Amino acid sequence: MIAAVRRWLERADRFLARVYAGRWQRELAREQRDREDLFMLLVFSESLGIPNPASWYTLELRGPMLEAFHDWHRRQGMEKSPLDDFRCC
Amino acid sequence: MNAIALLLIGLGAFGLGYLFYSRYIARAIYALDDARPTPAHEFEDGVDFVPTNRYILWGHHFTSIAGAAPIVGPAIAVIWGWLPAFLWVVLGTVFIAGVHDFGAIWASIRNKGRSVGALTGTLVGKRAQGVFMIVIFLLLLMVNAVFAVVIARLFTQFPESVVPAWSAIAVALVLGQLIYRKKIGLALLSVAGLVVLYGMIWVGQYVPVTLPERALGLGANAQWIVILFVYAGIASILPVWMLLQPRDYINGLQLFVGLGLIFIAVLISSPQIVAPMINTGTPAGTPPIVPLLFVTIACGAISGFHGLVSSGTSSKQLDRESDARFVGYFGAVGEGALALAAIIAATAGFATAADWQGLYTAFGQGGVAAFVQGGANIMTAGWGLPETVGTTLLAVMAVLFAATTMDTGVRLQRYIIQEWGQIYDIGVLARNAPATIVAVGACLALAFGAGGMEGTGGLLIWPLFGTTNQLLAALTLMVVSLMVLRAGRPAWVLLVPMVLLLVMTVYALCMQLIQFYRDANWFLLGLDLVVLVAAVLVVLEVASAMSRGLRERAGQAAAAE
Repeated sequence: MIAAVRRWLERADRFLARVYAGRWQRELAREQRDREDLFMLLVFSESLGIPNPASWYTLELRGPMLEAFHDWHRRQGMEKSPLDDFRCC
Repeated sequence: MNAIALLLIGLGAFGLGYLFYSRYIARAIYALDDARPTPAHEFEDGVDFVPTNRYILWGHHFTSIAGAAPIVGPAIAVIWGWLPAFLWVVLGTVFIAGVHDFGAIWASIRNKGRSVGALTGTLVGKRAQGVFMIVIFLLLLMVNAVFAVVIARLFTQFPESVVPAWSAIAVALVLGQLIYRKKIGLALLSVAGLVVLYGMIWVGQYVPVTLPERALGLGANAQWIVILFVYAGIASILPVWMLLQPRDYINGLQLFVGLGLIFIAVLISSPQIVAPMINTGTPAGTPPIVPLLFVTIACGAISGFHGLVSSGTSSKQLDRESDARFVGYFGAVGEGALALAAIIAATAGFATAADWQGLYTAFGQGGVAAFVQGGANIMTAGWGLPETVGTTLLAVMAVLFAATTMDTGVRLQRYIIQEWGQIYDIGVLARNAPATIVAVGACLALAFGAGGMEGTGGLLIWPLFGTTNQLLAALTLMVVSLMVLRAGRPAWVLLVPMVLLLVMTVYALCMQLIQFYRDANWFLLGLDLVVLVAAVLVVLEVASAMSRGLRERAGQAAAAE
């Protein structure tokens, strides 16, 4: 009995979470993406001619950033990577 | 006439429209094809382009387009009797709004998910796009000003609604924090939130709040307007998860419960419509029904604003082309149903025709107050609630509905101003606080400019808002029909509504221009002129685009031969 109520509550929670996300989900996702783009700028700053004292460390991050980078250059309307030292697709 | 019968006739017409007319449109005019990938699949990015289940997408679409406008417009328009308002809502929804909203989604998915504004630029020209942007800005400005005036009026007329309406903000703030910290499940939180909200409605009747008659040289109405804009300004800068998101959520739940309560009350009490079918004794100064009816009810019959939502966000999330029919057309049907409910509440919830006439003493009077009073009477008859609880409940519903639209409206306006700041390189305007101040300032100027420092005449802008909204709809219909013509299919189902809208808006603008001149209301006269110039520009753009479209088509036909 209690287990059934709990299961029902969990299902209601999941449904309501989707309702709650509603039309704001997009705006929140966009805000997050903007922040992540800032991070990407830090990682790729040397290639853009912005000196970065931590470039030795951010170099390592380029690999894991590959997928996000691909999304980014497509989003900016560039079919291919704009960076000479970092080919993408 | 029995209210239930009217409701059933209206809903039946919507159902037939959806089943048959929209199917015809989908097949013969827009030629939907599920084999074509939608932009949501083609450009999927997890943010803007996300394929979404059509029922969920309909929910998002509907909550974005539904606001207080389909309540305010019909509630004002029943002054000419219930039949004209009913016919315009039903026929407008079935033959114009559905086709328009559906068409905006269709035009967008066939053009990489771009918005109607952007499409105007490429299909018609840069000049038309400029007109489009001006019309949108005017529309937002008017929406914010009018809704502030509507809320202020409700607060002064129903002082019991003040405490519950503001406590909704406190409930939202607490809810937002609790959800963010994920301490308690959403189901329990939602129930608790609703219990507090409805509890406050009960409490409200014991603590009516009235502002001082005069403070800082402003009347009570004007004070509320200033307070509301200060709030909307702050709300539009706060992060959305903190206030707007939980507020939207609790409002949605509250609206759902409230509409359910009203609907059941109508079924139980089965009220008769006491307002005249066609009001032959309209109060002195009421403008003629043609063309004013067509611009007084915009949302609920045809609203250009829907095109922005349809082509701006919904089109980017469409899973299959055939879903456009459900999301677009049925979204318009939902809005029409809301307008239908407003007509019934504002005409059936009274004991005698004299009671009804007592509220509709002048054009723009009655309106939302009649909706609240009538709805409360139906609630009293159906549920046996004390009358003040009924009026408070309905007033709070209307206030919260209008306030969410205002919050979002001020936010959108800030975005536009910030964009201008970037385009014209005015660094100050690109920042949050100054842009918000400019947005709020412009709205305040409009709210007060229309009716003097008392802020009581603000509803005079309502028909102007309707006209601007219809102009936007005509522009969208033009873009959609150009695409249909280029595809070599007949566009009559789009062109006839477009011409009707253009004729009615220009006619209404000219009539009002004369009226404002007679009343020596120079502020509204100026505003009317601005909208009229925009309308003339739209007509010229439509004419040149159409002749170009027809020439192209004739050329295609000649080439085919």
